[in-house]
Amino acid sequence: MSQFQIYGLASVLIFSIGLYGFIVHPHLVRKILAMNIMSSGIFLLLVSAARRDMHAIPDPVPHAMVLTGIVVSVSMTAFALALTRRVVAATGVAALLWMDAPVEAAPIAARNDEHSRDLDRVADPVAADRDDIHLSV
Amino acid sequence: MLKLTAIWLTHLLPGLLVTIFGIFLLQAVIALPAQPVGLTTEVQRELPNSGVTNPVTAVLLNFRGYDTLLEIAVLLLAVVAVWSLHVVPLRTGHARYVAETPVLAHLVRLLAPVMILVAGYITWIGSARPGGAFQGGSVLAAAMVLLLLASMIGIRPRQRWPLRVVAVLGLAVFVVIAGGTLVVGNQFLEYPRNQAYALMLVLESVLTISIGGTLALLFFGAIPETASFETMNDEG
Repeated sequence: MSQFQIYGLASVLIFSIGLYGFIVHPHLVRKILAMNIMSSGIFLLLVSAARRDMHAIPDPVPHAMVLTGIVVSVSMTAFALALTRRVVAATGVAALLWMDAPVEAAPIAARNDEHSRDLDRVADPVAADRDDIHLSV
Repeated sequence: MLKLTAIWLTHLLPGLLVTIFGIFLLQAVIALPAQPVGLTTEVQRELPNSGVTNPVTAVLLNFRGYDTLLEIAVLLLAVVAVWSLHVVPLRTGHARYVAETPVLAHLVRLLAPVMILVAGYITWIGSARPGGAFQGGSVLAAAMVLLLLASMIGIRPRQRWPLRVVAVLGLAVFVVIAGGTLVVGNQFLEYPRNQAYALMLVLESVLTISIGGTLALLFFGAIPETASFETMNDEG
């Protein structure tokens, strides 16, 4: 088993763990974390694929692509986190709501009315942060 | 029975599908040829013409400069998008966010000057060794975030334009240089051979400041209540 195959196996594992987390967890911050784990797997693959031949000079193009990718992934994370805070401010829950949400339907609806009156007067983020802990899976 | 069905649908089925997907991915990765068909030889051949000796920097800022140009645009787009969401900004120096310990304040006092120096060095060395604007910019951003968390600098109500200048600076200088290469009759982002190093150094320096500032602005997650960084000693 060559060195690249070990790195390849590791990056596929990391990507799959991220993908599983992205699908399974409804909490938006967990989804953002999962997306970052997925991109870490992709970056690991690109960096290791640049040096498959251990005696040659590593290919600089994938390395530059990873640098670019990191900045794009940071931008994406920042925007996703801001969107999450907006969702929490508007609905009180750090998850995407479904019409037929069975258990939380009543309290969420109540919160919704309370917040929809002044959607632009945003809720206190700290209080909102505390609320989203109660979100059950 | 109902509970078992729910777990099957929400956890076991996705797990199974992801596992199958991962096996296919692994096969694709293992099947890659041991001798890569890359651009190493092309980059090495053109490296003396690029103005720098670090191949990654040459690819980022010269050979594939438009990638980096668009990446800076993405960073600016993220700031614009975050600022347009109208969420409450992070209140720095607020007791609810920051544990007021002497350790943090002293550590930040020791670290911040070193971090700014390291940011400058990493950017400078990028022409010959691993480093460059992004690495230097992220160290600079980390220093600023530490300073903000320790209430050493804060943001106070004033005009918003200094923040906008910091966010736009990198893309603006990049576009000006790219336009300049067209004006002198070269291809888009094809630097004149003799000025390549100087242009890339200017670009790297401006990008470091802009990336550092932009990342620190993104840390707020909103338009800061105010505009300019200044000391917050009088606020206690």
